[in-house]
Amino acid sequence: MSANYILKRIALIFYTLFIVSVLVFGITQILPADAAVMMLGENATQEALEALRQRMGLNDPVWMQYLHWAGGVLQGDFGTSLRTGQPVGPALFSALGTSLTLAGFALIFMLILAMPMGVIAAIRRGKPADLIVGFISYIGVSLPEFVTATLAVMLVADMWGLLPPAGYIPLSQDFWGGLERLILPVVVVSVMMIAHVSRMVRSELVDVMHTDYIRAARLKGLHPRRVLFRHGLRNALLPTITIVALDVGYLLGGVIVVEEIFSIPGIGRSLMSAIQNRDLPVIQAGVMIMAATYSIVNFAADLMYAWLDKRIQYD
Amino acid sequence: MTDFLRRLLRTPQGFLGSLIVGLILIAVALGQWLTPYGPADMQALARYGAPSIEHWLGTDQYGRDILSRLLDGARSTVVMALLATFIGTLGGAVLGTGSAYLGGRADEFIMRTVDAVMAIPSLLLALLVVSLLGSSSANALLAIAIAFMPSMARISRSVALAVRKQDYVSAAIARGEGSTYIILREMLPNVIAPIVVEMTIRVSFAVMLFATLSFLGLGAQPPATDWGLMVSEARQYLHRSYWILLWPSAAIALTAIGFNLLGDGLRDALNPRT
Repeated sequence: MSANYILKRIALIFYTLFIVSVLVFGITQILPADAAVMMLGENATQEALEALRQRMGLNDPVWMQYLHWAGGVLQGDFGTSLRTGQPVGPALFSALGTSLTLAGFALIFMLILAMPMGVIAAIRRGKPADLIVGFISYIGVSLPEFVTATLAVMLVADMWGLLPPAGYIPLSQDFWGGLERLILPVVVVSVMMIAHVSRMVRSELVDVMHTDYIRAARLKGLHPRRVLFRHGLRNALLPTITIVALDVGYLLGGVIVVEEIFSIPGIGRSLMSAIQNRDLPVIQAGVMIMAATYSIVNFAADLMYAWLDKRIQYD
Repeated sequence: MTDFLRRLLRTPQGFLGSLIVGLILIAVALGQWLTPYGPADMQALARYGAPSIEHWLGTDQYGRDILSRLLDGARSTVVMALLATFIGTLGGAVLGTGSAYLGGRADEFIMRTVDAVMAIPSLLLALLVVSLLGSSSANALLAIAIAFMPSMARISRSVALAVRKQDYVSAAIARGEGSTYIILREMLPNVIAPIVVEMTIRVSFAVMLFATLSFLGLGAQPPATDWGLMVSEARQYLHRSYWILLWPSAAIALTAIGFNLLGDGLRDALNPRT
């Protein structure tokens, strides 16, 4: 992997963020919302509104407003929330931390379950174990998060009273209490990924086990377990990195729904309330942060792939 | 055609998928005549009813018959999802094959931009579009179609490029066929099949996305019988009856499973190697 490739990839991330910024700025410009009215209230005088518009640059041409905004973003200034009057950046980044905790636990939980499920299904192809895993993954990809969440709350919190139905406590404040409240959201947000990734692992491993080098390893008289773990799994699990990274986009979407249902103060919930309240600076910053997270995760996945598999030559 | 159908129905996925999707399409087409009660008929004495002989699936918080509401809602929920997928696929396919056809710098530019848009989660993109246009079923449809376009563009481009390199296309060029003939007779039939497979699987995403938007209050509005909306409304009455929550959830899941299975069955049936 050349330095040239890495530079190209980083340039691509900036291009992505540029396109996303133009898109989200364009959408928020067309949104029927007057920032001045939102800040001063419906009863403000015309003169006061006009003065504020002048001060905020709302009368400038759109491209100047964009440059002003983008310049601020580049310096880490995402503007001020129209609703709270607080700077957007710090609030959203702390919310992002909460969301990443949720997403991180979900990723770990997903890998712990999906990998063995896929491997077992592939080894026992056509046997009951394979059919059960296949059945579970069909159900998994067919349940939207809000359905899984509602059903989980109904069963685990409402009927059995095992876990709290909603709420969030930072892990740094009360580790066990916080963890207890994270269980349901983590399970809900990972269901779809478990279903998808276990299927991918299965089909990758089935393909790999039919290759010539696996046959050679078998004919060499290696123990079947060694063939599976040293030769099969190593090659089958590599593409999973890319799949998981692409699924992060889906995960971020799921996080929005799950945070809304379980009242977790993450970036998804901030975005939802910003969209409902037409809080333009928060919408713009939230979408940018989500897109940046997705791009960086995929960049990291490509690097990891190349690092783990020396045959991959990016240029 | 009959040969293709036989291949489709031979696989368990294809058979089950065709069965479920068939039943759902019947509910969509005839649902409004099959309903035992009017979807908005309230019976104050039969609220929160469990499944019974009069009300097969029970009644909701206003004493409305759940089966009737589900059958009525099938039309809006499923037809919306089908339309959104179709529009999204069409837009994506034009963009993707166009990009593949143009090639070079234009192709590079279009695909990088498509990649950039894909960095926005599709649910978030749909939320933004709906907030731009206002909450309604029609706008949710458009939002989902737009959210699907980037990934469909990517898929149709790669399919078009792969087909372009096939031997039968080179053979047609060597025979001296015109480009209209090559595109229409040699390439198009082979491009359509994988896109149809992807589209079928996408319908299940569209059903779920549409239901999610309604659930978040940005799609269909009460008193519509949209399934996502029914789940959303049922959450407040959980302590009174579980049935009002279970049935619409099951309907969404069954539809998604049906289209997923059908898509996988179609893929196997269209793949000459299996």
